[in-house]
Amino acid sequence: MSIEFEHVTKRYGSTTALDGISLTLEQGHIYGLLGNNGAGKSTLLSILTDRQIADSGTILVDGQPTRNNDAALQKLFMVGEQNLFPTGMKVERAFRITASFYPGFDMEYAVALAKKFDLPLKKKINALSTGYASIFRMILGLSVNAPYVFFDEPVLGLDARHRELFYQTLAEKFSVSGGTYLLSTHLIAEAENLIDHTIVIYEGQLLCNGPTETLLDNTYSISGPAALVDSAIVGKDVLSCQALGGLKTAAIQGTPEPNLPPELAIGRLGLQDYFIALQEFQEKQSA
Amino acid sequence: MQFGGDKPIFLQLAEQLEDGILTGAFPEEGQIPSITEYASTYKINPATALKGVNLLVDAGLLYKKRGVGMFVAQGAQEALRQRRSEAFYQDYIVTLVHKAKGLNLSLEQLTALLKKGYQHVD
Repeated sequence: MSIEFEHVTKRYGSTTALDGISLTLEQGHIYGLLGNNGAGKSTLLSILTDRQIADSGTILVDGQPTRNNDAALQKLFMVGEQNLFPTGMKVERAFRITASFYPGFDMEYAVALAKKFDLPLKKKINALSTGYASIFRMILGLSVNAPYVFFDEPVLGLDARHRELFYQTLAEKFSVSGGTYLLSTHLIAEAENLIDHTIVIYEGQLLCNGPTETLLDNTYSISGPAALVDSAIVGKDVLSCQALGGLKTAAIQGTPEPNLPPELAIGRLGLQDYFIALQEFQEKQSA
Repeated sequence: MQFGGDKPIFLQLAEQLEDGILTGAFPEEGQIPSITEYASTYKINPATALKGVNLLVDAGLLYKKRGVGMFVAQGAQEALRQRRSEAFYQDYIVTLVHKAKGLNLSLEQLTALLKKGYQHVD
C-alpha cells in the first residue's frame, strides 16, 4: 500500500514546475514536503489529487492510476488553502457532505475537535476568519480517516496556541489510528519532530528524500575561530558557512572527525537549519 | 514544550525518563505515560517516542504489561545510579577538564574548586 510517483513532469509554458519526480509514499508515516516558494510543492499536490494533469509520468495509489479514477482518488484527502464549499454553507453541513463522500469520516470526532478549537458549527464557512477557515479545513483532514491525507500549509493564520493544539492533535490521532499524513509547510521548526520522513524539492527536482533522523544524523555544524574551522572543513561536503567577526559556523554533510581541536564545537542541526543550509548550497551551485 | 538541541529526540526522551526514575517522579512498579501521551504532549512522532522508551525496555529499566502499558522495573533506580556513576567520568569529568584547560587552570586550582563545590553545593 503506497503512492508512487514515476517520472512526473509538469510544465507551464517555458517553466518546468516538476522535473521528472519519482518518489514513494509508504503507509504509516508523517511526511514533510519542504521547499521554498515556487519549488513545486503545490503543483505536486494538485497533480496527486488530480486537480491538474501531468505532462508526463504516472501516479499510482495502491497500484491504481489516479487519472479520472474515483476509487483511487477516494483514498486521498487534500487539505488545501482554499475553501471548496459553496457560499453560505455552514460548518456542520460541510462536515455532513464530506462524510457522504468519505465513509471513514468520524462525525463525532469532528464535532469534538470543533469544540476543542472553538469553531462554531452553525457559522457560515465564508464568514470565518483566515485562522478559523484553516481550523475548519484542518478538522476535515483530521476526521476524514482517508488512507492518505495531505495538509498544504495547515496552520496558516493560526495563533500559537491553536498551532500547538493542531500538532498535538495530529500526533495523538496518528499514534492512535495510524494512517499516512503529509505536511507541506514553511513552518518547519514547529513540525520537525513530527515529520519522520522528509522530502525536499528545489526548482521542480527532488533534492532530498529520506528518514528525518537519518538525514540529521548525517549532518553536523562546526563552529569556532574562523581559521580553525576553515582548515577543519577542507575536503568536506560543506553546505553553508556563516562568519560573524572572527567566528565561523559551517554546516557539513557527513559525520564529524574525532580529535578535532578543542576550540571547535560540534552541533546537531534541526530540520529547519538543515533545510536552509541545503537551499543555500543549491543557490550557490546555480549562481 | 518542545525538544530541541544537540541530540536526537529519542535520546532526549530516554534521558528524561531516566531522570524521572532517578528522582522518583516515576517510581518502581509505577506506570509511565503511554506512547500516545508522549507523542501528543511533546509533538513528536510516535515512532520516535517508542524508540526512546524501548531504549529503557532493552536496558531492563522498564517492562511491558500486555494491554496495560509500560512500568518501571524493580531495581531500576539503583541500576541507573550505578550506570550514571560509571558514565560520570566520560559525561562530566572530560568536559570539565577540557574547559579548565581552556582557561589555563592548574590541577591544583581545579581540585580546590571541586572541593569548594562539594562542600557548598547541596
